[in-house]
This record gives sequence, structure tokens and C-alpha cells, in this order.
Amino acid sequence: MAPAAEAPLLEARELHVAYGAGVRALQGVSVRVAPGEVVALVGANGAGKTTLLKTLAGLLTPVAGEVWFDGRRIDDVPAPDRPRLGMALVPEGRRLFSRLTVAENLALGAFTNADPAHRRRMLERVWELFPVLSARAGQRAGTLSGGEGQMLAIARALMLRPRFLMLDEPSLGIMPRLVDAILDVLRRLHREERLAIFLVEQNVPAALDLADRGYVLQTGRIVLEAPSRDLLASDLVRKAYLGL
Amino acid sequence: MTLVLQAVVNGLEMGLVYALVAVGLAIIWGLMEMINFAHGELLMLGMFGAWWFSTTLHLDPLLAIPPVALVMFGVGRLIYTLLMRRVQRGETFAQIFATIGLFFFLQNSAVAAFTSDYRFVEGGLLSRLSGINLHLAGLSVGLPLLIAGALALVLFLALYLLVERTEFGLALQATSEDREAAMLVGIRPQRMFAVAWGLGAALVAVAGAILANFFAAYPQVGFPFTVLAYAIVALGGFGSILGTLLAALLVGVVQSVTVVYLPPAFKDAFVFASYLLIGLLRPQGLFGKF
Ligand SMILES: Nc1ncnc2c1ncn2[C@@H]1O[C@H](COP(=O)(O)OP(=O)(O)OP(=O)(O)O)[C@@H](O)[C@H]1O
Ligand SMILES: [Mg+2]
Repeated sequence: MAPAAEAPLLEARELHVAYGAGVRALQGVSVRVAPGEVVALVGANGAGKTTLLKTLAGLLTPVAGEVWFDGRRIDDVPAPDRPRLGMALVPEGRRLFSRLTVAENLALGAFTNADPAHRRRMLERVWELFPVLSARAGQRAGTLSGGEGQMLAIARALMLRPRFLMLDEPSLGIMPRLVDAILDVLRRLHREERLAIFLVEQNVPAALDLADRGYVLQTGRIVLEAPSRDLLASDLVRKAYLGL
Repeated sequence: MTLVLQAVVNGLEMGLVYALVAVGLAIIWGLMEMINFAHGELLMLGMFGAWWFSTTLHLDPLLAIPPVALVMFGVGRLIYTLLMRRVQRGETFAQIFATIGLFFFLQNSAVAAFTSDYRFVEGGLLSRLSGINLHLAGLSVGLPLLIAGALALVLFLALYLLVERTEFGLALQATSEDREAAMLVGIRPQRMFAVAWGLGAALVAVAGAILANFFAAYPQVGFPFTVLAYAIVALGGFGSILGTLLAALLVGVVQSVTVVYLPPAFKDAFVFASYLLIGLLRPQGLFGKF
């Protein structure tokens, strides 16, 4: 497999992102994800992982650098217009609309596509991927358990049928059995729909097991990029993230 | 006893119109969490709209409702895009000062345009019906206020359905809870805020157009309504449209029952006393969702 040779679906070039004048969270980060590829991003707390995903989704504006999606430069595309291009972010901490029901959260997931046939298809798909959610359709999202909430956050991001899905620590605060279930769903989406995935995950072995390739981010810089197998074997990852 | 019951009935009628006064603020402040101290001035503009409609065009002031709603929807959107959008991200103080500025601007513009004279709307359906009462079980219900109340109720329910039952309403609620998450599903928050301001301005101006049939219109008429609206929204609870209705009915009843026993000057004192009491006992309001 030679993903670098294929035209990337998403590419970030030399991104610099700062919070205010002081904190320089990203200092020249370049990443690329090919169509249908699964890529992991690992790094310690505060490394800038969330900052990178938010910048790709348009929630943060880079000081310098470029973001390309599907052959088009999208730096100037406002965040609300990006889902329609085929990209979605499952944000850190889920960020559900807690006062709305599960079904209403999903309806808003497809806010920009009101076509009833599309909605029906996507709902069926989401119920099939996450059967627990269908039993909770009328329940307020704020009352879901952590695992159910994470499933809903992913399901909401799937409602526009993205080609590129970013996930920011989907396993945070969830019991291991549910983490496996969620990773299985991602694996299925990748296999059955050729969904490209960019995954930030604390559980490094699990993330690298799913991913073809990975990046290591340290204090705002990419310090290592390699196929998952090589990353797992590298000294840096073994010492810093696997505690070996 | 009948006296009290009669007062309750009058209070409920007035409460329906108060509900319409407050519901515009329930959207802007209660739901979208933005401050508007010029709320009553938007109501004043609605009153003058109805007055101008009836005196210049010689049409029934009730017919002013659709054009007033339409124009004020545009005015509300404009207030957001030209003014409030710029102060939205900063301190709450910025919003307070911006809308106090708006308050003076609208009030003085009205003085310049209409002078400070009291203007009375005459010749409309409601004034022709004045003095006509329906009698039921020993209670009498003034027909004009009943019509006004029914009109207010219909508009109120339409708004309730819009916010609670349509996807657009869900998007408004989602934006108010989490702007970033809303953007991630393709909602444009600024558009939502602009429409919320448009709806808020239109509703309170329509309330003004209805109230113009009962009260004189003058440039300074608005402020007491602003205070009343804030009390009702806080009483009813943030984020709860139906709570606003119930709180408005409560305020109407408290006012009119108080007047039975005490000089009229006390009626607002009692409204705010009950507001303070509920604020102490139930800070989230009677029916608040959050
Ligand atoms: N809103 C903010 N204002 C100022 N600094 C911020 C803000 N958000 C993040 N930072 C800083 O930017 C750096 C990168 O933060 P970021 O949240 O991207 O890290 P992360 O890799 O996602 O960490 P974690 O694993 O804890 O989620 C950190 O030093 C953080 O303190
Ligand atoms: Mg993070």
C-alpha cells in the first residue's frame, strides 16, 4: 500500500495555530489522509491534537498554512459549510444537544440535507450500527450513559454520510467493552463504506490496531510518521505511550 | 368572592397580552441568552405602527399586525447584524450598553418623528366593541380584551410550535446550547441569532399593535413593559416558552387581584414581590428547563 502516492482526501500543510498572542498550539503541522484510509494521531495531553482537529473542521482559524479537502483549498470555507463537503468531526467531550432527544440530535445531524429518502436511509443505517440508540430514540441526550452518548455523537456525525470522519478521543470515560464496540463500528464503516478516518485516541494500541498509519504529535509539532506496525515497534511510542 | 373571581378573569385576559409582550424576550434572552434593554421600545414602535396605520390609512389598527410583524422582523434582524453581532462575544456589559444605546436611539427617534404627545388609536373594531361584555356565571368578560387575548394566544402557540416542534426550532435550541457543536452539523449560528432577533422584535411589536387599542402610544411608553417582560421570562424559567405563558397569566392575575384590595400603585410592587420570592425559592424559574 502506498497512500502517499494517491491524491489525498484531506491535507494540512504547515499549519500554525495560536490561542491569543501567547499559546502557539500548532507550529507547522502537516498531515494527509488518503480516501478510505484510517490514520491515527497520538500525542500527550496538551500536544495540540484537539487544536488540529478543530482547525480542520473550521472551528479555529490558522495563523498560517493551508487546509485542502478533496482537491480544493478550504481555509476560507466557514465551519458550518464544511459538513456538506463530506467531512465530519466527533468533538472531544461529545458535545451533544443535551436538552434534545436522541432522534432530534440525529435529525440535526442531517440539518443541511432535508431529503426524506436520505434521512430515512441514514437513520436505518445508524440504528443498525448502534441498536441501543434506537431503543432510546425519545430520550433526552443529556440523560444517556457515557457510552451511549459517544455512540450518539458518532451517529450524529454520520447523518450526512461523510467520506472523512474525524474523532477526538471517542473512548474517553467509557468502559472497555463499549470502546471495543465503538472501534468495531469504525472498522465496519471503513470496510463497508470506504470511510476515511482520522482518529485521536488515548488508547494507542487500539488506535494503531485500527489505523493503517499514524502520526505522533509533540508540543505542536509532528515528530514521527509511520505505518502503524512500525509505530508500535518504535522506541518513542513504546516508551511514551505504551509504557514499555 | 365574585369580585375576586372577576379580578382573576380580568387578570387572565391581560396576562395573555403580557405573554405576547414577554415571549419576544423569551426568545432573545430566555433562549438565545442575549440582553435587550430596548425590548419595550420595539413594542412602542409596534404601537406607533398601529396608530399610523389607523390615522393615516384609515384602516383598522388590527390590520396593522401583518405589516408591523413583517417590518419589525426585518428591524430585529438588522439590530442583530448591525449592532448585537459585534458585541455578542464580549462581556455581557457590552450587550447591556449597546441595547441601552438602542433604547435611547429608538426613543428619541420616536420623539423626533411623532413628538411626545399621547396618541390614541380610534375607530377600530376593538374600540367599537368597547363596553360590550359577555356574561357567564355572574362574571363579565370584556369583549375587546377577550379578542386581544385570543389573538395573543394564537400567536403564542404558533411560536411555541415553531420552537418546539420544527427542525428550525431545534436548530435554535441547539445553537443556544452549543454554538460550536451546531456549526459542526452545518447550522450557521449567526443566521439563527438574526432570525431569533427578527422573531423577538416582530412578536413584541405585534403585542404593541394590539396594546395600542387599549393604551395611549407615546415615545416613553416602552420601559415599564421591558421590566415586566424581564420579570415574566425570569419567573417562567429560561428556555421554557410555555413557562413564559403561565408566568404572564400569573402576573396578570396578581396585578388585577391586588388592585381589588389595594390602591393601584401597589399592583406592580406585588408582581415584583412575587418575582423576588420565586427567585429566592426557585432560581431556575417556575418551569425552567435549565
Ligand atoms: N481555548 C484555549 N485557550 C488557550 N489555550 C488553549 C486553548 N485550548 C487549548 N489551549 C492550549 O493549546 C495547547 C494544545 O491543546 P489541545 O487541546 O489541542 O491539546 P490536546 O492534544 O487535545 O490535549 P488532550 O489530550 O488533553 O485533549 C495546550 O497547551 C492547551 O493548553
Ligand atoms: Mg484534546
